[in-house]
Amino acid sequence: MSDTHAQTVPFVRDTMLPAAPPPATQAGAVRWLRENLFSGPVNTVLTIIGLLIIWFLVSHYWDWFAHSVWNANSLNECRQIIIDTWGEGARGACFAVIRERWNQYVFGFYPPELYWRPTMTFGLLIVALVPVLFSASLTIRRAVLVITAIATLTSMIALGSPVIWLAFATLVLAGGFVASERNLGWLLPFSMLYPLMGVWFLWGGSVWGPVFVLVGPVLGWIAWRILAGRMPVIAVLAGVVVTLLFWLFLSGSAAEDAQRLLPMGIEAVRSDRFGGFLLSVTIGVAGIALSLPLGIVLALSRQSDMFLIKSLSVVFIEFIRGVPLITLLFVASLLLNYFLPPGTNFDIILRVIIMVTLFAAAYMAEVIRGGLAALPRGQYEAADALGLDYWKAQRLIILPQALKISIPGIVSTFIGMFKDTTLVTFVGLYDPLKSMSDAVRANIEWKGIYWEPFIFVGAIFFIICFAMSRYSMYLERRLQRDHK
Amino acid sequence: MTDVSASAHASFRPSMLIYDRRYRSLTFQVIVFILVMAALWWLIGNTISNLNAMGKSFDFGFLFQRAGYDISGTPIPYTGNDSHLRATMVGLLNTLIVSILGCIAATILGVAVGVARLSKNWLFARLMTVYVEIFRNIPLLLWILVIYAVFTEILPAPNAYRGESPAWSMILFDHVALTNRYTAIPTLGMDNDPGSLDLGARVTVNWATIAFVVALVGGWFIRRAINAHAQKVQDRTGIRPATLWKNLAVMILPSLFLIWYFGLHLLAPSLQGFNFTGGLNITNSLVVLWLALTLYTAAFIAEIVRAGILAVSRGQSEAAFALGLRPKRTMNLVILPQALRVIIPPLISQYLNLTKNSSLAIAVGYMDLRGTLGGTTLNQTGRELEAIVLMMLIYLALSLIISAGMNIFNSRVKLKER
Repeated sequence: MSDTHAQTVPFVRDTMLPAAPPPATQAGAVRWLRENLFSGPVNTVLTIIGLLIIWFLVSHYWDWFAHSVWNANSLNECRQIIIDTWGEGARGACFAVIRERWNQYVFGFYPPELYWRPTMTFGLLIVALVPVLFSASLTIRRAVLVITAIATLTSMIALGSPVIWLAFATLVLAGGFVASERNLGWLLPFSMLYPLMGVWFLWGGSVWGPVFVLVGPVLGWIAWRILAGRMPVIAVLAGVVVTLLFWLFLSGSAAEDAQRLLPMGIEAVRSDRFGGFLLSVTIGVAGIALSLPLGIVLALSRQSDMFLIKSLSVVFIEFIRGVPLITLLFVASLLLNYFLPPGTNFDIILRVIIMVTLFAAAYMAEVIRGGLAALPRGQYEAADALGLDYWKAQRLIILPQALKISIPGIVSTFIGMFKDTTLVTFVGLYDPLKSMSDAVRANIEWKGIYWEPFIFVGAIFFIICFAMSRYSMYLERRLQRDHK
Repeated sequence: MTDVSASAHASFRPSMLIYDRRYRSLTFQVIVFILVMAALWWLIGNTISNLNAMGKSFDFGFLFQRAGYDISGTPIPYTGNDSHLRATMVGLLNTLIVSILGCIAATILGVAVGVARLSKNWLFARLMTVYVEIFRNIPLLLWILVIYAVFTEILPAPNAYRGESPAWSMILFDHVALTNRYTAIPTLGMDNDPGSLDLGARVTVNWATIAFVVALVGGWFIRRAINAHAQKVQDRTGIRPATLWKNLAVMILPSLFLIWYFGLHLLAPSLQGFNFTGGLNITNSLVVLWLALTLYTAAFIAEIVRAGILAVSRGQSEAAFALGLRPKRTMNLVILPQALRVIIPPLISQYLNLTKNSSLAIAVGYMDLRGTLGGTTLNQTGRELEAIVLMMLIYLALSLIISAGMNIFNSRVKLKER
């Protein structure tokens, strides 16, 4: 046997061959193209359509972009420069309008010598938001704070801010950085105070107004403190009532008296001077900050066992969701005068913020209700089994989970609301999209310029909204607790 | 134990209103009720005294006065001599027209884009992603203004279509002309016009339209009967009779017959003098609004469709294939029913959003409900309170009707869990 075997097997290889390279059509770029672009007739057709779309866009608009002019004082000058540079018949974008009208687009008709105030307000807003938005990552916090500090301080210097406010901003930014390195909790009081500060920086006026607004909750806290030992429930009510009564009847006149005794304040700016992105961001940030808590309250009332509370919130939510935002804005601008005592005339921006907040809160309530409904019943039962009362159960068990589930919906409500801030143009405010661009076009220098302002404003909105949606994805990943 | 049962039957003390959970919710509701009533009383009182101070009253009589303004683009006959009520109806119909057209087009485009985003084609999927992200993250108002600017600034006057070698030519085989004032589209002509049915209030419906509606609805019911019969035969014998040709015949033949009988044909618009005639000239504000609403909402619908399809786990289609179902049946019987359950509720809210967003017609001067009742009528009569309240109620009713209708549809496609 061994003989025959030796003869029938003439050759046995005793070394491994190196692996042969795959066929040229199955490797590298060719394979990728075959798999992703030309895997079948339908795919090939789609690829060709896609290429045609891209070719169409590039061939029609590339020269327009390539011939952009960034430095000119009027549309005619722009066109002259394009013709001088690229010859007769050439066309090009005139982004010079953005450069020339930058301040108008960003600040509206805010007094130019006070441009540093919105700038500082915006910079401090980021400091106030950092402990809320980026509590988990020191690296992101450092990057955000350093960029904010540099950008805010340089712009404030460039815009001619007084030294004292420059020092104040530096102090807050440095404090924010220290708190971010050591203990984020130190920043929370600043974040709580920020809304008052921001309003005061933007609108200016006497310092006593915000101070006495602040006194309200302090008095309420004192009332709660006095009663808390004996009657805990009544103490909470008393605190709220004292605060509200103080705000309604005392804080206004007290602020006036204090201003008469000791005038202190910064230059006041009227609401009709607001415009452009300053207006959009003000309404957007205020609406976002107010609509989330209101939405949570509405969602909880809609889930409540109490018949009256439930029906009230159902009626409110369905009514607001059933009408367009424009009609609510018309109510704000035309009808509020009917509903309020004669002679009341309160700020149009404030009215718009209230309406936008109510609108967003109704949508928010539905989103959060979805999150509450998605929570397994066992969670509610476990909270009851632990003996937690309603508020403790909501605060410690239900809401953290329900809000986590609803993050994508909440953020898309925010995005929708921020986009809707452009509708304020229809009640006579200067949004960056329509009114401001119309105002720019109303000048003889920029008459007939359409596409460049649209592209600019659209790009800014895109950046902000896209950033918000990416942040919600980051947050979802960060809060993910289950294994998938 | 005795203590507990004793306290449960203890006599009522006022402090229990706050500390006993059985009474606390009652107390709370009473307080809220009083506060709400007080707020309403305050608001209504203010309104009454404000109205008195201005010498106005709260009544809707103005709706029956002469409107005295013209509306471009009226679905029902309307002149300036008609009442504000009729102007409001014209506006409502215009709102409905743009909303329905928008919903249909946005659904078609959105489903196509949503499926295309899931395509294995790298380039095409990326292009669709760019489209969706750009349209979702930029305000609708900007798209309306951009498309409006394209129509008013780039498109030519009807004159450009004149002459031997015109600067512009009509698209879609010489049937549609885009101009800077209106879009001329073909209309339907009839050789054998049966006349119209008068519904009163100068609203007429052509008998041919009624005939087509009857033919389609009747065909649909006969089709259902045929299918039910086929199902019965299948249950009895195990063999399902072929229904495809019968169904097609029932649905299509009557319409073909009516087309032949009425002599229906397309009338293409043509340039006569300074304007296009012969076809239908649609005001550009409608076209712009429709395009913008469609493109914007389609981006949202695309995401909904994509999420719905992704929500059906792979195991479902694999199991269907393992059972030997063909791809088409897998799609119809396994994937779609489960995907629809996820898709329909958010789709309803997109339809509602589109309807509400149609009020942005204000940006292009399209005379919708807000343009007539909440616009010119309001300004002419000075009745802000009545006009805005009525407008909000109409929008609210519209929303409730749409969501009620779609909820019925939703409960039909919803998976029945037992």
